[in-house]
Amino acid sequence: MNLQTAITPTSNKQTTSRPWGQWSIRSIALGYLTFMLLIPLLVIVQDGFREGLAEFWRQITLPTAWHALKLTLWTSTVMTVINTIMGTLTAFVLVRYEFPGKAILNGIIDLPLAIPTLVTGVMLVILFGPQEALGSWLKEQFDFSVMFAPPGIILALLFLTFPFVVRSVQPVLMELDRAQENAAATLGAGGWTIFRRIILPPLTLPVITGALLSFARAIGEFGSIVIVAGNIPFRSQTAAVYVFGEVESENRLGASAVSIVMVAIAFGLLMLANYLRKRSNKETV
Amino acid sequence: MSVTSPSRATLSKVQSPPAAWLDRNKGKWASWILIALVVGYVAFLIITPITALTLGAFEKGIGTSLSSLNQPEIFASFWNTLWISLVVVTVHASFGTIVAWIFVRHRFPGRDLINGLVDMPFAVSPVVAGYMLLLLFGRNGALGPVLESLGIQVAFALPGMVLATLFVTLPFMIRELIPVLEAFDTRQEQAAATLGANGWQTFWRVTFPALRWGLIYGVTLTFARALGEFGAVLVIGGGVQGRTETATLFIYRALEERQYIGAYSASLALGLFSLILVLGSDWLRRKEH
Repeated sequence: MNLQTAITPTSNKQTTSRPWGQWSIRSIALGYLTFMLLIPLLVIVQDGFREGLAEFWRQITLPTAWHALKLTLWTSTVMTVINTIMGTLTAFVLVRYEFPGKAILNGIIDLPLAIPTLVTGVMLVILFGPQEALGSWLKEQFDFSVMFAPPGIILALLFLTFPFVVRSVQPVLMELDRAQENAAATLGAGGWTIFRRIILPPLTLPVITGALLSFARAIGEFGSIVIVAGNIPFRSQTAAVYVFGEVESENRLGASAVSIVMVAIAFGLLMLANYLRKRSNKETV
Repeated sequence: MSVTSPSRATLSKVQSPPAAWLDRNKGKWASWILIALVVGYVAFLIITPITALTLGAFEKGIGTSLSSLNQPEIFASFWNTLWISLVVVTVHASFGTIVAWIFVRHRFPGRDLINGLVDMPFAVSPVVAGYMLLLLFGRNGALGPVLESLGIQVAFALPGMVLATLFVTLPFMIRELIPVLEAFDTRQEQAAATLGANGWQTFWRVTFPALRWGLIYGVTLTFARALGEFGAVLVIGGGVQGRTETATLFIYRALEERQYIGAYSASLALGLFSLILVLGSDWLRRKEH
């Protein structure tokens, strides 16, 4: 690394002298990303469209595929709504209130990141499985099944995406200037008005970013869902599980077409989240 | 703020300076209802399932659980997981550092787009990830004939599973290192250079030590994610018992075969392993500071 780049990391005016070291390090990095990311993504796009757009459309509108995509989208949406509300609330409580066990609660938030998603699925089976106490009780008393049904999917998704909204909102909440709230309180605003008018506006972007990330993460989830929801077409088969089934039964076109839809949704959401994050960074500067 | 994990530095201390209006609220029912709501939610969503798994694994006594784990196929599958994870961590530790480096220090066309692409494995389904590699390296895949003539088997073998895990864990190292690199004061490097250090010396003696915690976290998160990978290795590896079966694939098969105690015990062991990994690095950092 030459001195020039070290001094001016953000300058664009380094074009005059670029030693070979800089070029080689850049090509290693870009080559690595191309091989790891770009080529696999391009291969799937090419494969899904190889029979043309009409065939691609036919594959994703097959009743089972279409239902799987719809199920994935609506369960992820329900999860995102719950997670956004509870995540924001959790961040708020963690930053603003003192109570015994707060440090432990703060540590627990990250647990889902450390637990394999398949294990999450196993946990929910033990709790809500049809042979288990809680599962059979819910079934008998309320005719409510968690397993092999959408509630199980939503529960699994809530578990694994819990950290995203909390950890997106928490740092912003910590940085908030309390003087404004005190001023509002002095002027006679109540707790709820202060929350709505003063605290919520700067939190909007981090909340939306966290929600987008949860949603993006949920769309592709497989490990926990295949355990909790199984693979029942028209009932509990999500898009990821559908792709898995099509790969196993060697319906390559169907697998590729639904994969492309999932990849496109993921890509769009991530780009949006990145854009929003950049905007919120600009606002705070 | 990173996609894959919270930026640890900002979260290390959760302080709550009391505000005037909140002080007046102190002891009021509204704040306690909110606290109870959050604690109840976390208890229901996270604590209860973890407790259920622990109880489920030890349902028939600790002895039964331990003896259910004492099978050669479990050792083989955990060994595969460990082996794959170690290779993945090594690759990402080296290449991830380079990628993070060029994102922070270099400016080049397409940087924003590539920066966004790095997060893709976070949102792309693991099944799709495994399937993409199957399209590339499978027998009918794009590179299939070439590999076959060379006698290299990638699909339904460990190399393919390593590649799949590499894809799935790609963002962790990079996203953990970028903020650390951005926060790093480049004047230290200038000072080293002024004192006559060359580029390499500056990197090893000045920059690298500053990156240490970012690297440790990146390695931890990558490792934990690699240990638990399931969908991608299932698709590319096929889960052939004794050959391409990892810990998660064993758990899946054990559940299908209704060996519940074995499945639960292996789940608990795997979960504990990655939990200890993540909590351990947290604890190490806290000790350091």
